[in-house]
Amino acid sequence: MATGSYTPKNKAVRWFNERLPILSLVHGTLGAGYPAPRNLNYFWNFGSLAGLCLVIQIVTGIVLAMHYTPSTLAAFDSVERIMRDVNYGWLIRYIHANGASMFFIVVYIHIFRGLYYGSYKAPREILWMLGVVILLLMMATAFMGYVLPWGQMSFWGATVITNLFSAIPGIGESIVTLLWGGFSVDEPTLKRFFSLHYLLPFVITGVVILHIWALHLPGSNNPLGIDVKGPQDQVPFHPFYTAKDALGVGVFLIFFGLFVFYMPNSLGHPDNYIPADPLVTPPHIVPEWYFLPFYAILRAVPDKLGGVLLMFAAVGLLFFLPWLDTSKVRSAIFRPAYKLFFWLLVVDGVVLGVVGANPPEGSWILIGRLATVYYFVHFLLILPILGKVERTKPLPESIASAVIGNKASARPATAPAE
Amino acid sequence: MSSNPSTVEQVSEDGTTRRDFLYIATTAMGAVGAAYAAWPFIDQMNPSKDTLALASIEVDIAAVERGQSIKVMWRGKPVFIRNRTDMEIEESKAVDLSDLRDPQTDEERTKPGHEQWLVMVGVCTHLGCVPLGEAGDFGGWFCPCHGSHYDTAGRIRKGPAPLNLEVPDYQFISDDRILVG
Repeated sequence: MATGSYTPKNKAVRWFNERLPILSLVHGTLGAGYPAPRNLNYFWNFGSLAGLCLVIQIVTGIVLAMHYTPSTLAAFDSVERIMRDVNYGWLIRYIHANGASMFFIVVYIHIFRGLYYGSYKAPREILWMLGVVILLLMMATAFMGYVLPWGQMSFWGATVITNLFSAIPGIGESIVTLLWGGFSVDEPTLKRFFSLHYLLPFVITGVVILHIWALHLPGSNNPLGIDVKGPQDQVPFHPFYTAKDALGVGVFLIFFGLFVFYMPNSLGHPDNYIPADPLVTPPHIVPEWYFLPFYAILRAVPDKLGGVLLMFAAVGLLFFLPWLDTSKVRSAIFRPAYKLFFWLLVVDGVVLGVVGANPPEGSWILIGRLATVYYFVHFLLILPILGKVERTKPLPESIASAVIGNKASARPATAPAE
Repeated sequence: MSSNPSTVEQVSEDGTTRRDFLYIATTAMGAVGAAYAAWPFIDQMNPSKDTLALASIEVDIAAVERGQSIKVMWRGKPVFIRNRTDMEIEESKAVDLSDLRDPQTDEERTKPGHEQWLVMVGVCTHLGCVPLGEAGDFGGWFCPCHGSHYDTAGRIRKGPAPLNLEVPDYQFISDDRILVG
Protein backbone atom coordinates (compact mmCIF):
# COMPACT_ATOMS: atom_id res chain seq x y z
CA MET A 1 0.00 0.00 0.00
CA ALA A 2 2.36 2.63 -1.23
CA THR A 3 1.25 6.13 -0.39
CA GLY A 4 2.52 7.39 -3.74
CA SER A 5 3.13 11.00 -4.67
CA TYR A 6 -0.48 12.12 -4.58
CA THR A 7 -1.08 15.86 -4.16
CA PRO A 8 -4.66 17.05 -3.73
CA LYS A 9 -5.59 20.16 -5.68
CA ASN A 10 -7.66 21.78 -2.92
CA LYS A 11 -5.46 23.69 -0.48
CA ALA A 12 -7.34 22.65 2.67
CA VAL A 13 -7.41 19.01 1.58
CA ARG A 14 -3.68 19.19 0.86
CA TRP A 15 -3.06 20.64 4.32
CA PHE A 16 -4.97 17.72 5.84
CA ASN A 17 -3.33 15.10 3.63
CA GLU A 18 0.16 16.30 4.55
CA ARG A 19 -0.68 15.66 8.21
CA LEU A 20 -2.63 12.44 7.71
CA PRO A 21 -1.93 10.99 4.25
CA ILE A 22 -5.11 8.90 4.21
CA LEU A 23 -6.10 10.24 0.79
CA SER A 24 -2.70 9.23 -0.55
CA LEU A 25 -3.33 5.79 0.89
CA VAL A 26 -6.68 5.48 -0.88
CA HIS A 27 -5.15 6.88 -4.06
CA GLY A 28 -2.40 4.27 -3.97
CA THR A 29 -4.68 1.39 -2.96
CA LEU A 30 -7.87 1.84 -4.95
CA GLY A 31 -7.21 4.95 -6.99
CA ALA A 32 -5.24 6.12 -9.97
CA GLY A 33 -2.00 5.49 -8.07
CA TYR A 34 -2.36 1.71 -8.20
CA PRO A 35 -1.39 0.33 -11.61
CA ALA A 36 -3.17 -2.94 -12.41
CA PRO A 37 -2.63 -5.34 -15.32
CA ARG A 38 -4.60 -4.12 -18.31
CA ASN A 39 -6.09 -7.54 -19.11
CA LEU A 40 -8.07 -8.37 -15.94
CA ASN A 41 -11.35 -10.09 -16.79
CA TYR A 42 -14.63 -10.14 -14.87
CA PHE A 43 -13.40 -12.91 -12.56
CA TRP A 44 -11.26 -10.21 -10.96
CA ASN A 45 -14.45 -8.47 -9.77
CA PHE A 46 -15.00 -10.99 -7.01
CA GLY A 47 -12.37 -9.58 -4.65
CA SER A 48 -14.11 -6.23 -4.40
CA LEU A 49 -17.50 -8.00 -4.30
CA ALA A 50 -16.29 -10.05 -1.31
CA GLY A 51 -15.32 -6.80 0.39
CA LEU A 52 -18.78 -5.42 -0.34
CA CYS A 53 -20.37 -8.55 1.14
CA LEU A 54 -18.34 -8.13 4.33
CA VAL A 55 -19.51 -4.52 4.64
CA ILE A 56 -23.16 -5.50 4.02
CA GLN A 57 -22.95 -8.28 6.63
CA ILE A 58 -21.41 -5.97 9.23
CA VAL A 59 -23.91 -3.14 8.63
CA THR A 60 -26.99 -5.40 8.68
CA GLY A 61 -25.55 -7.43 11.55
CA ILE A 62 -25.02 -4.38 13.77
CA VAL A 63 -28.65 -3.43 13.15
CA LEU A 64 -29.92 -6.93 13.93
CA ALA A 65 -27.93 -6.97 17.17
CA MET A 66 -29.90 -3.87 18.23
CA HIS A 67 -33.08 -5.97 18.25
CA TYR A 68 -31.86 -9.51 18.97
CA THR A 69 -31.86 -11.11 22.45
CA PRO A 70 -29.18 -13.77 23.04
CA SER A 71 -31.12 -15.99 25.42
CA THR A 72 -32.59 -19.44 24.92
CA LEU A 73 -35.95 -18.18 26.14
CA ALA A 74 -36.13 -15.07 23.99
CA ALA A 75 -33.87 -15.58 20.95
CA PHE A 76 -36.44 -17.22 18.67
CA ASP A 77 -39.15 -14.74 19.59
CA SER A 78 -36.85 -11.77 19.20
CA VAL A 79 -36.02 -12.92 15.66
CA GLU A 80 -39.74 -13.24 14.88
CA ARG A 81 -40.25 -9.77 16.33
CA ILE A 82 -37.58 -8.47 13.95
CA MET A 83 -39.49 -10.10 11.08
CA ARG A 84 -42.91 -8.78 12.08
CA ASP A 85 -42.62 -5.63 14.17
CA VAL A 86 -39.31 -3.86 13.65
CA ASN A 87 -39.48 -1.33 10.80
CA TYR A 88 -37.90 -2.99 7.75
CA GLY A 89 -36.66 -5.74 10.07
CA TRP A 90 -37.74 -8.39 7.55
CA LEU A 91 -35.62 -6.68 4.89
CA ILE A 92 -32.56 -6.31 7.05
CA ARG A 93 -32.72 -9.89 8.31
CA TYR A 94 -33.27 -11.32 4.83
CA ILE A 95 -30.32 -9.27 3.55
CA HIS A 96 -28.18 -10.65 6.38
CA ALA A 97 -29.29 -14.29 6.00
CA ASN A 98 -29.01 -14.32 2.21
CA GLY A 99 -25.94 -12.11 2.42
CA ALA A 100 -24.09 -14.98 4.09
CA SER A 101 -24.86 -17.18 1.09
CA MET A 102 -23.92 -14.40 -1.33
CA PHE A 103 -20.64 -13.94 0.55
CA PHE A 104 -19.81 -17.63 0.12
CA ILE A 105 -20.83 -17.67 -3.57
CA VAL A 106 -18.53 -14.70 -4.19
CA VAL A 107 -15.68 -16.12 -2.13
CA TYR A 108 -15.88 -19.58 -3.72
CA ILE A 109 -15.71 -18.01 -7.20
CA HIS A 110 -12.83 -15.84 -5.95
CA ILE A 111 -11.01 -18.98 -4.74
CA PHE A 112 -11.61 -20.94 -7.94
CA ARG A 113 -10.45 -17.89 -9.91
CA GLY A 114 -7.21 -18.14 -7.92
CA LEU A 115 -6.97 -21.87 -8.63
CA TYR A 116 -7.58 -21.45 -12.37
CA TYR A 117 -5.12 -18.62 -12.94
CA GLY A 118 -2.51 -19.82 -10.43
CA SER A 119 -2.84 -16.75 -8.22
CA TYR A 120 -1.47 -18.70 -5.23
CA LYS A 121 1.99 -19.15 -6.75
CA ALA A 122 5.14 -17.17 -5.96
CA PRO A 123 5.30 -14.38 -5.05
CA ARG A 124 1.69 -14.47 -3.77
CA GLU A 125 1.86 -17.40 -1.30
CA ILE A 126 1.20 -15.29 1.82
CA LEU A 127 -1.62 -13.50 0.03
CA TRP A 128 -3.20 -16.89 -0.70
CA MET A 129 -2.67 -18.21 2.86
CA LEU A 130 -4.27 -15.09 4.33
CA GLY A 131 -7.20 -15.84 2.05
CA VAL A 132 -7.48 -19.35 3.53
CA VAL A 133 -7.44 -17.79 7.01
CA ILE A 134 -10.31 -15.52 5.95
CA LEU A 135 -12.22 -18.56 4.63
CA LEU A 136 -11.82 -20.36 7.97
CA LEU A 137 -12.93 -17.28 9.91
CA MET A 138 -15.92 -16.92 7.59
CA MET A 139 -16.90 -20.52 8.21
CA ALA A 140 -16.73 -20.08 11.98
CA THR A 141 -18.68 -16.82 11.79
CA ALA A 142 -21.37 -18.25 9.50
CA PHE A 143 -21.79 -21.32 11.68
CA MET A 144 -22.20 -19.32 14.88
CA GLY A 145 -24.55 -16.90 13.16
CA TYR A 146 -26.77 -19.76 12.07
CA VAL A 147 -27.13 -20.84 15.71
CA LEU A 148 -28.46 -17.46 16.88
CA PRO A 149 -32.13 -17.72 15.69
CA TRP A 150 -32.37 -20.75 17.99
CA GLY A 151 -34.51 -22.83 15.66
CA GLN A 152 -34.29 -26.59 15.34
CA MET A 153 -31.51 -26.45 12.73
CA SER A 154 -29.63 -23.89 14.82
CA PHE A 155 -29.72 -26.10 17.87
CA TRP A 156 -28.92 -29.40 16.21
CA GLY A 157 -26.36 -27.89 13.88
CA ALA A 158 -24.60 -26.47 16.92
CA THR A 159 -24.85 -29.84 18.68
CA VAL A 160 -23.39 -31.79 15.75
CA ILE A 161 -20.60 -29.35 14.91
CA THR A 162 -19.43 -28.89 18.51
CA ASN A 163 -19.53 -32.68 18.94
CA LEU A 164 -16.92 -32.91 16.18
CA PHE A 165 -14.37 -32.01 18.80
CA SER A 166 -15.35 -34.99 20.93
CA ALA A 167 -13.53 -37.09 18.30
CA ILE A 168 -10.21 -35.87 19.67
CA PRO A 169 -8.83 -38.79 21.70
CA GLY A 170 -8.58 -38.36 25.47
CA ILE A 171 -9.42 -34.68 25.88
CA GLY A 172 -12.26 -34.50 23.34
CA GLU A 173 -15.13 -34.66 25.81
CA SER A 174 -13.58 -32.00 28.05
CA ILE A 175 -13.11 -29.70 25.07
CA VAL A 176 -16.76 -30.08 24.08
CA THR A 177 -17.90 -29.33 27.64
CA LEU A 178 -15.68 -26.26 27.54
CA LEU A 179 -17.19 -25.11 24.23
CA TRP A 180 -20.71 -25.60 25.56
CA GLY A 181 -20.18 -24.14 29.02
CA GLY A 182 -22.39 -26.97 30.27
CA PHE A 183 -23.43 -30.50 29.49
CA SER A 184 -25.29 -29.66 26.29
CA VAL A 185 -25.78 -26.77 23.87
CA ASP A 186 -27.61 -24.28 26.09
CA GLU A 187 -27.76 -20.72 27.38
CA PRO A 188 -23.97 -20.24 27.83
CA THR A 189 -23.32 -21.65 24.36
CA LEU A 190 -25.77 -19.25 22.74
CA LYS A 191 -24.35 -16.25 24.58
CA ARG A 192 -20.73 -16.98 23.66
CA PHE A 193 -21.70 -17.69 20.06
CA PHE A 194 -23.44 -14.31 19.89
CA SER A 195 -20.42 -12.54 21.32
CA LEU A 196 -18.02 -14.27 18.92
CA HIS A 197 -20.35 -13.86 15.96
CA TYR A 198 -20.19 -10.13 16.58
CA LEU A 199 -16.43 -10.14 17.08
CA LEU A 200 -15.17 -12.31 14.21
CA PRO A 201 -16.27 -10.07 11.30
CA PHE A 202 -13.96 -7.40 12.66
CA VAL A 203 -11.15 -9.95 12.87
CA ILE A 204 -11.95 -10.82 9.25
CA THR A 205 -11.74 -7.11 8.39
CA GLY A 206 -8.27 -7.03 9.92
CA VAL A 207 -7.10 -10.04 7.91
CA VAL A 208 -8.68 -8.54 4.78
CA ILE A 209 -6.48 -5.46 5.28
CA LEU A 210 -3.43 -7.75 5.49
CA HIS A 211 -4.72 -9.61 2.40
CA ILE A 212 -4.91 -6.34 0.43
CA TRP A 213 -1.52 -5.28 1.74
CA ALA A 214 0.00 -8.56 0.59
CA LEU A 215 -1.75 -8.08 -2.77
CA HIS A 216 -0.31 -4.65 -3.40
CA LEU A 217 3.35 -5.63 -3.08
CA PRO A 218 3.41 -7.92 -6.15
CA GLY A 219 0.20 -6.44 -7.62
CA SER A 220 -2.71 -8.39 -9.05
CA ASN A 221 -2.17 -11.58 -10.99
CA ASN A 222 -3.84 -11.60 -14.42
CA PRO A 223 -5.49 -14.09 -16.79
CA LEU A 224 -2.21 -14.73 -18.61
CA GLY A 225 -0.42 -15.38 -15.33
CA ILE A 226 2.74 -13.64 -16.53
CA ASP A 227 4.51 -10.82 -14.72
CA VAL A 228 3.94 -7.20 -15.60
CA LYS A 229 6.98 -6.04 -17.58
CA GLY A 230 6.36 -2.32 -17.69
CA PRO A 231 3.82 0.49 -17.82
CA GLN A 232 2.57 -0.64 -21.23
CA ASP A 233 1.11 -3.72 -19.49
CA GLN A 234 -0.88 -1.69 -16.96
CA VAL A 235 -3.74 0.73 -16.55
CA PRO A 236 -4.47 2.78 -13.43
CA PHE A 237 -6.97 1.13 -11.09
CA HIS A 238 -9.09 4.27 -11.20
CA PRO A 239 -11.02 4.83 -13.42
CA PHE A 240 -10.56 1.56 -15.30
CA TYR A 241 -11.18 -1.02 -12.61
CA THR A 242 -13.32 1.14 -10.34
CA ALA A 243 -15.70 1.41 -13.32
CA LYS A 244 -15.45 -2.29 -14.08
CA ASP A 245 -16.01 -3.15 -10.40
CA ALA A 246 -18.98 -0.78 -10.23
CA LEU A 247 -20.64 -2.60 -13.13
CA GLY A 248 -20.02 -5.89 -11.33
CA VAL A 249 -21.53 -4.48 -8.15
CA GLY A 250 -24.67 -3.52 -10.08
CA VAL A 251 -25.09 -6.99 -11.58
CA PHE A 252 -24.32 -8.63 -8.23
CA LEU A 253 -26.88 -6.50 -6.37
CA ILE A 254 -29.57 -7.50 -8.89
CA PHE A 255 -28.75 -11.17 -8.28
CA PHE A 256 -28.71 -10.56 -4.51
CA GLY A 257 -32.02 -8.69 -4.73
CA LEU A 258 -33.68 -11.60 -6.54
CA PHE A 259 -33.05 -13.76 -3.49
CA VAL A 260 -33.87 -11.12 -0.87
CA PHE A 261 -37.15 -10.02 -2.45
CA TYR A 262 -38.42 -13.06 -4.37
CA MET A 263 -37.08 -16.20 -2.67
CA PRO A 264 -35.66 -15.16 0.68
CA ASN A 265 -36.00 -18.60 2.27
CA SER A 266 -34.88 -20.69 -0.70
CA LEU A 267 -31.35 -21.11 0.65
CA GLY A 268 -32.43 -21.79 4.22
CA HIS A 269 -34.07 -24.77 5.85
CA PRO A 270 -37.76 -24.62 6.89
CA ASP A 271 -37.03 -26.54 10.12
CA ASN A 272 -35.26 -23.48 11.44
CA TYR A 273 -38.67 -21.81 11.80
CA ILE A 274 -39.45 -24.37 14.52
CA PRO A 275 -38.17 -23.27 17.94
CA ALA A 276 -35.21 -25.29 19.24
CA ASP A 277 -36.25 -28.44 21.09
CA PRO A 278 -33.47 -30.36 22.88
CA LEU A 279 -35.71 -33.46 23.03
CA VAL A 280 -36.43 -33.91 19.31
CA THR A 281 -33.86 -34.09 16.53
CA PRO A 282 -35.20 -33.27 13.04
CA PRO A 283 -35.14 -36.41 10.86
CA HIS A 284 -32.72 -34.95 8.34
CA ILE A 285 -30.07 -32.52 9.48
CA VAL A 286 -28.19 -30.63 6.80
CA PRO A 287 -25.88 -27.65 7.15
CA GLU A 288 -26.22 -24.55 5.00
CA TRP A 289 -25.38 -25.20 1.34
CA TYR A 290 -21.91 -23.67 1.57
CA PHE A 291 -20.81 -26.35 4.06
CA LEU A 292 -22.27 -29.31 2.17
CA PRO A 293 -19.05 -30.45 0.41
CA PHE A 294 -17.21 -30.51 3.73
CA TYR A 295 -20.13 -32.24 5.38
CA ALA A 296 -19.97 -34.93 2.66
CA ILE A 297 -16.28 -35.46 3.39
CA LEU A 298 -17.04 -35.79 7.11
CA ARG A 299 -19.63 -38.49 6.45
CA ALA A 300 -17.56 -40.30 3.82
CA VAL A 301 -15.28 -41.74 6.47
CA PRO A 302 -16.73 -44.56 8.60
CA ASP A 303 -14.50 -43.54 11.51
CA LYS A 304 -15.42 -40.64 13.83
CA LEU A 305 -11.94 -39.20 14.28
CA GLY A 306 -10.97 -39.94 10.67
CA GLY A 307 -13.97 -38.07 9.28
CA VAL A 308 -13.31 -35.02 11.43
CA LEU A 309 -9.62 -34.96 10.54
CA LEU A 310 -10.32 -35.33 6.83
CA MET A 311 -12.89 -32.55 6.90
CA PHE A 312 -10.48 -30.09 8.51
CA ALA A 313 -7.70 -31.35 6.23
CA ALA A 314 -9.82 -30.48 3.19
CA VAL A 315 -9.48 -26.79 4.07
CA GLY A 316 -6.08 -27.03 5.79
CA LEU A 317 -4.64 -28.54 2.61
CA LEU A 318 -5.13 -25.21 0.86
CA PHE A 319 -2.40 -23.67 3.04
CA PHE A 320 0.13 -25.94 1.31
CA LEU A 321 -1.22 -25.47 -2.22
CA PRO A 322 1.53 -23.03 -3.31
CA TRP A 323 4.06 -25.84 -2.75
CA LEU A 324 1.90 -28.77 -3.81
CA ASP A 325 1.55 -27.30 -7.30
CA THR A 326 5.02 -27.66 -8.74
CA SER A 327 4.33 -26.03 -12.11
CA LYS A 328 6.11 -22.75 -12.79
CA VAL A 329 3.37 -21.65 -15.19
CA ARG A 330 0.53 -19.87 -13.40
CA SER A 331 -2.44 -19.61 -15.72
CA ALA A 332 -4.46 -22.64 -16.81
CA ILE A 333 -4.67 -21.02 -20.24
CA PHE A 334 -1.18 -22.37 -20.92
CA ARG A 335 -1.66 -25.66 -19.02
CA PRO A 336 -4.02 -27.84 -21.08
CA ALA A 337 -3.86 -30.83 -18.73
CA TYR A 338 -4.25 -28.73 -15.60
CA LYS A 339 -7.25 -27.02 -17.17
CA LEU A 340 -8.93 -30.43 -17.48
CA PHE A 341 -8.14 -31.35 -13.88
CA PHE A 342 -9.32 -27.94 -12.70
CA TRP A 343 -12.76 -28.55 -14.16
CA LEU A 344 -12.77 -32.07 -12.73
CA LEU A 345 -12.14 -30.52 -9.31
CA VAL A 346 -15.06 -28.12 -9.86
CA VAL A 347 -17.30 -31.07 -10.76
CA ASP A 348 -15.95 -32.99 -7.76
CA GLY A 349 -16.86 -30.06 -5.48
CA VAL A 350 -20.39 -29.95 -6.88
CA VAL A 351 -20.76 -33.73 -6.49
CA LEU A 352 -19.60 -33.49 -2.88
CA GLY A 353 -22.17 -30.75 -2.34
CA VAL A 354 -24.98 -32.89 -3.73
CA VAL A 355 -23.84 -35.87 -1.64
CA GLY A 356 -23.78 -33.66 1.45
CA ALA A 357 -27.37 -32.60 0.81
CA ASN A 358 -28.61 -36.20 0.53
CA PRO A 359 -29.05 -38.75 3.32
CA PRO A 360 -26.03 -41.01 3.88
CA GLU A 361 -27.54 -44.17 2.47
CA GLY A 362 -27.46 -46.32 -0.68
CA SER A 363 -25.20 -45.23 -3.51
CA TRP A 364 -24.68 -41.77 -1.99
CA ILE A 365 -22.19 -43.35 0.41
CA LEU A 366 -20.06 -44.78 -2.41
CA ILE A 367 -20.28 -41.59 -4.51
CA GLY A 368 -19.32 -39.53 -1.46
CA ARG A 369 -16.29 -41.71 -0.78
CA LEU A 370 -15.07 -41.62 -4.38
CA ALA A 371 -15.50 -37.85 -4.57
CA THR A 372 -13.68 -37.42 -1.26
CA VAL A 373 -10.77 -39.56 -2.41
CA TYR A 374 -10.59 -37.62 -5.67
CA TYR A 375 -10.51 -34.29 -3.83
CA PHE A 376 -7.39 -35.31 -1.97
CA VAL A 377 -5.87 -37.05 -4.99
CA HIS A 378 -6.18 -33.80 -6.92
CA PHE A 379 -4.15 -31.81 -4.42
CA LEU A 380 -1.76 -34.47 -3.13
CA LEU A 381 -1.00 -36.51 -6.25
CA ILE A 382 -2.13 -34.83 -9.46
CA LEU A 383 -0.83 -31.31 -8.78
CA PRO A 384 2.72 -32.29 -7.66
CA ILE A 385 3.18 -34.74 -10.53
CA LEU A 386 1.47 -32.66 -13.21
CA GLY A 387 3.82 -29.74 -12.71
CA LYS A 388 6.75 -31.99 -13.58
CA VAL A 389 5.33 -33.85 -16.57
CA GLU A 390 2.92 -31.40 -18.21
CA ARG A 391 3.86 -29.85 -21.57
CA THR A 392 2.76 -26.25 -21.22
CA LYS A 393 2.03 -23.91 -24.10
CA PRO A 394 4.48 -21.09 -24.84
CA LEU A 395 3.91 -17.99 -22.74
CA PRO A 396 3.38 -14.64 -24.49
CA GLU A 397 6.18 -12.13 -24.40
CA SER A 398 4.19 -9.58 -22.43
CA ILE A 399 0.63 -8.72 -21.44
CA ALA A 400 0.50 -5.85 -23.90
CA SER A 401 1.73 -7.92 -26.83
CA ALA A 402 -0.79 -10.68 -26.06
CA VAL A 403 -3.72 -8.35 -25.54
CA ILE A 404 -3.34 -5.69 -28.20
CA GLY A 405 -0.60 -7.06 -30.45
CA ASN A 406 2.96 -5.94 -30.93
CA LYS A 407 2.09 -2.53 -32.31
CA ALA A 408 0.93 -1.51 -28.85
CA SER A 409 4.14 -2.16 -27.00
CA ALA A 410 5.62 0.96 -28.50
CA ARG A 411 3.39 3.40 -26.65
CA PRO A 412 2.61 3.62 -22.94
CA ALA A 413 -0.89 2.69 -21.87
CA THR A 414 -0.78 4.48 -18.57
CA ALA A 415 -1.48 7.89 -19.99
CA PRO A 416 -3.68 9.65 -17.48
CA ALA A 417 -7.37 9.15 -18.04
CA GLU A 418 -8.98 11.96 -19.92
CA MET B 1 -7.07 6.33 -24.63
CA SER B 2 -7.39 9.08 -27.14
CA SER B 3 -5.07 7.46 -29.65
CA ASN B 4 -7.51 4.63 -30.22
CA PRO B 5 -9.68 5.81 -33.14
CA SER B 6 -12.78 4.00 -31.91
CA THR B 7 -12.90 5.88 -28.61
CA VAL B 8 -11.93 9.38 -29.63
CA GLU B 9 -13.17 11.86 -27.05
CA GLN B 10 -15.57 14.44 -28.38
CA VAL B 11 -14.60 17.57 -26.53
CA SER B 12 -17.28 20.26 -26.59
CA GLU B 13 -16.61 23.99 -26.74
CA ASP B 14 -16.49 24.49 -22.98
CA GLY B 15 -14.00 21.65 -22.57
CA THR B 16 -16.32 19.00 -21.17
CA THR B 17 -16.37 15.48 -22.53
CA ARG B 18 -18.86 12.65 -22.70
CA ARG B 19 -16.84 10.99 -19.94
CA ASP B 20 -17.44 13.96 -17.63
CA PHE B 21 -21.15 13.46 -18.14
CA LEU B 22 -20.85 9.73 -17.42
CA TYR B 23 -18.91 10.41 -14.21
CA ILE B 24 -21.55 12.80 -12.94
CA ALA B 25 -24.48 10.60 -14.00
CA THR B 26 -22.92 7.50 -12.40
CA THR B 27 -22.05 9.28 -9.17
CA ALA B 28 -25.49 10.87 -8.92
CA MET B 29 -27.19 7.54 -9.57
CA GLY B 30 -25.01 5.88 -6.92
CA ALA B 31 -25.77 8.63 -4.41
CA VAL B 32 -29.52 8.29 -4.94
CA GLY B 33 -29.27 4.52 -4.59
CA ALA B 34 -27.22 4.79 -1.42
CA ALA B 35 -29.70 7.24 0.10
CA TYR B 36 -32.56 4.92 -0.79
CA ALA B 37 -30.76 1.94 0.74
CA ALA B 38 -29.95 3.92 3.88
CA TRP B 39 -33.57 4.61 4.80
CA PRO B 40 -34.49 1.12 6.16
CA PHE B 41 -31.38 1.23 8.33
CA ILE B 42 -32.46 4.55 9.82
CA ASP B 43 -36.16 3.75 10.10
CA GLN B 44 -35.48 0.51 12.01
CA MET B 45 -34.50 2.70 14.97
CA ASN B 46 -37.99 4.27 15.07
CA PRO B 47 -40.60 2.66 17.37
CA SER B 48 -41.50 -0.78 16.08
CA LYS B 49 -45.05 -1.97 15.45
CA ASP B 50 -45.33 -3.79 18.79
CA THR B 51 -44.20 -0.63 20.57
CA LEU B 52 -46.76 1.48 18.72
CA ALA B 53 -49.45 -1.10 19.50
CA LEU B 54 -48.97 -0.32 23.20
CA ALA B 55 -49.15 3.43 22.65
CA SER B 56 -52.60 3.89 24.19
CA ILE B 57 -54.03 2.46 27.43
CA GLU B 58 -57.40 2.32 29.12
CA VAL B 59 -57.56 3.18 32.82
CA ASP B 60 -60.40 2.41 35.28
CA ILE B 61 -60.65 5.38 37.66
CA ALA B 62 -63.78 4.33 39.57
CA ALA B 63 -61.83 3.49 42.74
CA VAL B 64 -60.00 6.82 42.97
CA GLU B 65 -61.70 8.93 45.69
CA ARG B 66 -61.56 12.70 45.95
CA GLY B 67 -58.10 13.75 47.12
CA GLN B 68 -56.47 10.55 45.88
CA SER B 69 -54.01 10.00 43.05
CA ILE B 70 -52.90 7.01 41.02
CA LYS B 71 -49.91 6.54 38.80
CA VAL B 72 -50.10 4.44 35.63
CA MET B 73 -47.44 3.47 33.11
CA TRP B 74 -47.94 4.89 29.61
CA ARG B 75 -45.30 4.77 26.85
CA GLY B 76 -42.69 3.93 29.46
CA LYS B 77 -43.50 6.99 31.57
CA PRO B 78 -45.71 7.58 34.63
CA VAL B 79 -49.06 9.29 34.16
CA PHE B 80 -50.53 11.00 37.22
CA ILE B 81 -54.31 10.77 37.52
CA ARG B 82 -55.62 12.86 40.42
CA ASN B 83 -59.16 13.26 41.65
CA ARG B 84 -58.79 16.78 43.00
CA THR B 85 -60.58 18.22 46.03
CA ASP B 86 -62.78 21.28 45.62
CA MET B 87 -60.21 23.30 47.51
CA GLU B 88 -57.48 22.36 45.07
CA ILE B 89 -59.67 23.32 42.12
CA GLU B 90 -60.55 26.68 43.68
CA GLU B 91 -56.90 27.36 44.48
CA SER B 92 -55.99 26.64 40.90
CA LYS B 93 -58.76 28.80 39.43
CA ALA B 94 -57.88 31.73 41.70
CA VAL B 95 -54.39 32.13 40.25
CA ASP B 96 -53.80 35.20 38.13
CA LEU B 97 -52.55 34.07 34.70
CA SER B 98 -49.94 36.84 34.65
CA ASP B 99 -48.22 35.11 37.59
CA LEU B 100 -47.59 32.01 35.50
CA ARG B 101 -44.47 31.17 33.54
CA ASP B 102 -46.50 29.01 31.12
CA PRO B 103 -49.96 30.60 31.28
CA GLN B 104 -52.84 28.10 31.08
CA THR B 105 -56.21 28.25 32.78
CA ASP B 106 -57.45 25.38 34.90
CA GLU B 107 -60.11 24.69 32.23
CA GLU B 108 -57.46 24.28 29.59
CA ARG B 109 -55.84 21.52 31.62
CA THR B 110 -58.98 19.48 32.33
CA LYS B 111 -61.95 18.12 30.38
CA PRO B 112 -65.32 19.92 30.58
CA GLY B 113 -67.63 18.13 33.02
CA HIS B 114 -64.71 16.32 34.63
CA GLU B 115 -62.96 19.31 36.23
CA GLN B 116 -61.92 17.39 39.32
CA TRP B 117 -59.80 15.00 37.22
CA LEU B 118 -56.27 16.05 36.42
CA VAL B 119 -54.36 13.76 34.03
CA MET B 120 -50.71 14.60 33.39
CA VAL B 121 -47.50 12.97 32.26
CA GLY B 122 -45.52 12.75 35.50
CA VAL B 123 -42.24 13.87 34.02
CA CYS B 124 -40.68 17.15 35.11
CA THR B 125 -40.31 19.45 32.12
CA HIS B 126 -36.86 20.45 33.33
CA LEU B 127 -34.75 17.30 32.88
CA GLY B 128 -37.13 14.38 33.07
CA CYS B 129 -37.32 13.33 36.75
CA VAL B 130 -40.61 12.19 38.32
CA PRO B 131 -42.01 14.88 40.69
CA LEU B 132 -43.43 14.00 44.12
CA GLY B 133 -47.18 14.45 44.68
CA GLU B 134 -48.88 16.71 47.28
CA ALA B 135 -45.62 18.49 47.89
CA GLY B 136 -43.93 21.80 47.21
CA ASP B 137 -44.83 25.39 47.99
CA PHE B 138 -48.08 25.33 46.01
CA GLY B 139 -49.71 22.14 47.26
CA GLY B 140 -49.21 20.36 43.96
CA TRP B 141 -46.05 18.58 42.86
CA PHE B 142 -42.40 19.06 43.68
CA CYS B 143 -39.48 17.74 41.71
CA PRO B 144 -36.67 16.64 44.04
CA CYS B 145 -33.98 16.71 41.36
CA HIS B 146 -33.67 20.48 40.87
CA GLY B 147 -36.49 21.94 42.95
CA SER B 148 -39.31 22.75 40.54
CA HIS B 149 -42.67 23.52 42.21
CA TYR B 150 -45.96 22.80 40.42
CA ASP B 151 -49.41 23.90 41.63
CA THR B 152 -52.64 21.94 41.99
CA ALA B 153 -53.19 22.10 38.23
CA GLY B 154 -49.67 20.90 37.52
CA ARG B 155 -48.50 24.33 36.37
CA ILE B 156 -44.92 25.41 36.92
CA ARG B 157 -44.70 28.07 39.62
CA LYS B 158 -41.13 28.10 40.85
CA GLY B 159 -37.81 26.48 39.98
CA PRO B 160 -35.93 25.77 36.76
CA ALA B 161 -38.61 23.89 34.76
CA PRO B 162 -39.80 25.93 31.75
CA LEU B 163 -43.26 24.41 31.15
CA ASN B 164 -46.29 23.00 32.93
CA LEU B 165 -46.51 19.24 33.36
CA GLU B 166 -47.70 17.87 30.02
CA VAL B 167 -51.35 16.91 29.65
CA PRO B 168 -51.44 13.93 27.28
CA ASP B 169 -54.16 13.24 24.72
CA TYR B 170 -56.90 11.44 26.62
CA GLN B 171 -60.65 11.13 26.65
CA PHE B 172 -63.38 9.89 28.97
CA ILE B 173 -64.87 6.71 27.50
CA SER B 174 -67.38 6.74 30.36
CA ASP B 175 -67.52 8.53 33.73
CA ASP B 176 -65.09 6.09 35.31
CA ARG B 177 -62.90 4.99 32.38
CA ILE B 178 -60.37 7.05 30.47
CA LEU B 179 -58.33 6.28 27.35
CA VAL B 180 -54.83 7.75 27.42
CA GLY B 181 -53.07 8.20 24.08
